[in-house]
Amino acid sequence: MRAVITVIGSDQIGIIAEISNILAKNRVNIMDISQTIMQDIFTMIMMVDITELNTDYSKLSELLELKGREMGLSVTIQREDIFSAMHRI
Amino acid sequence: MITKYEIIETMKMIQEENLDVRTITMGISLRDCCHSDGNLFTNNIYDKICRYAENLVKTGRAIEKEFGIPIINKRISVTPISIVAEACSNYDYTKIALAMERAADNVGVNFIGGYSALVHKGYTNGDKRLIESIPEALSMTSKVCSSVNVATTKSGINMDAVRHMGKVIKAAALRTADNGGMACAKLVVFANVPEDNPFMAGAFHGIGEPECVINVGVSGPGAVHSALKKMGNADFGLMSETIKKTAFKITRMGQLVAQEASKRLNVPFGIVDLSLAPTPAIGDSVAHILEEMGLEKCGTHGTTAALALLNDAVKKGGVMASSYVGGLSGAFIPVSEDAGMIDAVKCGALSLDKLEAMTCVCSVGLDMIVVPGETSEETIAAIIADEMAIGVVNSKTTAVRIIPAPHKKVGDVVEFGGLLGSGPVMPVNQYESRVFVNRGGRIPAPLHSLKN
Repeated sequence: MRAVITVIGSDQIGIIAEISNILAKNRVNIMDISQTIMQDIFTMIMMVDITELNTDYSKLSELLELKGREMGLSVTIQREDIFSAMHRI
Repeated sequence: MITKYEIIETMKMIQEENLDVRTITMGISLRDCCHSDGNLFTNNIYDKICRYAENLVKTGRAIEKEFGIPIINKRISVTPISIVAEACSNYDYTKIALAMERAADNVGVNFIGGYSALVHKGYTNGDKRLIESIPEALSMTSKVCSSVNVATTKSGINMDAVRHMGKVIKAAALRTADNGGMACAKLVVFANVPEDNPFMAGAFHGIGEPECVINVGVSGPGAVHSALKKMGNADFGLMSETIKKTAFKITRMGQLVAQEASKRLNVPFGIVDLSLAPTPAIGDSVAHILEEMGLEKCGTHGTTAALALLNDAVKKGGVMASSYVGGLSGAFIPVSEDAGMIDAVKCGALSLDKLEAMTCVCSVGLDMIVVPGETSEETIAAIIADEMAIGVVNSKTTAVRIIPAPHKKVGDVVEFGGLLGSGPVMPVNQYESRVFVNRGGRIPAPLHSLKN
C-alpha cells in the first residue's frame, strides 16, 4: 500500500533528515521525493510504501504531525488512493 | 504515478477550498422493531440503532485520518417512524423521539433522521399521531430530524397535509421561541421525497431500502468556485466543462469514502449524493459560484439560468464518477447556511419569489428560509403548496424548510449556529391565501402528456 506525505512550510535545514528518520524507524520505504518552492512556500512531496509498516497508520500519522509542529511545518500523510481516485479514470 | 501538481491540487481543494465529505449516513431498517407495547418498541429501536451504528463514528474518523479528507458529519437515518410505530396505538410518540436521541448520543452521531411520515395520498391513524407530535418531539430533542412527504407526481398534492404542516411548523417554532424557532430547522416538508437521501433534515431509510446501508453526501462549492475563478472570461460551454470536471473529482472522493466505509463496516454501499452543499464558512458558498459567473448579486436577473447550468453540470460530472448516484443530487440553496445567500438577502437582491423560481432548476427547494414570526399558518401552508406544485408538475424533488421565527421582524437576523448558520428574516406576501388552503382535499396528479 502506498501513501503520499506532504510537507508544507518554511525551508530549513534537516527537513528530509527528520522526516525520513521517522519513516525508517517505522519501516516505511521512500519511493520518490520531490521538492519545490511554490509562492515562497517550501513544498515537499514524498511517495512512500507502507506495506511493511510496523506500527499503526494513525500512530505514524501522529508522529509525523508532531514532528511537523516541532519544526513549524504542516506534515500530512494520506493514502495514495485518494489522489488516484480523483485524478485517474 | 500521480504527479505533484495533482497532489497539490487535491491538497489545495481540501485545505483552502473547504472540500469535504459532508456526511456518511447509515440507513437502518427498524421494521423488525415493531411491537404493540410502546416501551418494548422503543427499547427495540434503541438497541438496534446502537448495535448497528456502534462503529460508525469510529470508522468515519479512521477514514478521515487515513485519506486526509474531513468527514463533517456522521449520521443515521431510520425507517419512517410513522410506519414502525403504527402498532403501538396508545403510546406517547415523543418517547420514541427521545429514544432516538439517546441512541444518537450513545453512538456519537450528529443527527438522526426518520421521525417521518409519508402522507402524499392520505393519513393513516399513525401518520396523524406522528405529525401531531412533531412540534413537541423536535423541541424536546436536538438531534432528531423530521420530514413529511405531502405530494408526489403520481398522486398529486395532499392539501389537507399541506394545511396541517402550516400549523405544525408554527407550533414547532413557538415551542422553540427562545432559539429563534430552531425546531423548524429540523423539519422538512417534501414532494417526491427520495428514500436514500443522506442529507438532513430530510434523511430517512425508505421502505425499498435494504436492512442497513451506507450513503454518502459530498460537498465542495468552494472547489467549484475556485475552478471558475481561474478561468476568467470563459464562455458557457467552457464553464460547464470546468464544473463537470470539478464535480467529477469531488464525487470520486465521495465514492472512495463510501466504498471504504461500506467495506470496513460490512454494510452495503447505497449511493453517493452528489450535491453542492454550502456552509456558512467563507469560500463555501453556492451563491458565490453564481456571482463568479458574472452576476453582481445572487438573486438578480439571470440567477435562475446560472443555477440551472451549475446544477446540470454538477450532475453530469458526478454521474460518471460514482457507480450509484441517488439522494437529492444537485446544488443546494439553503439561505441561512450560505454566506453569499445571506448577503444577497440582506442587500435586497434575493427575495422569496426568486428563491422559488430557483428551486425549479436545482435540487431541494425553499431551504432554511426565515420569515417573520407573525406569518400565519395559512400563509406558510400556501408557501408549501406552491413549492409542492413545482415538484409535482416537474417530476422532481422539492422541499420546504421554513422558520417563522417567533417575535422576529423583517430585517432581524436569527442565529442558529454551526452548519445551520444565521438567517435574515425575509418578507412574505401580505395578501391572504386562507380560503385557498382551507378548501381541503387533494390537488389531482398532473397530466404527463401534451407538455408545453
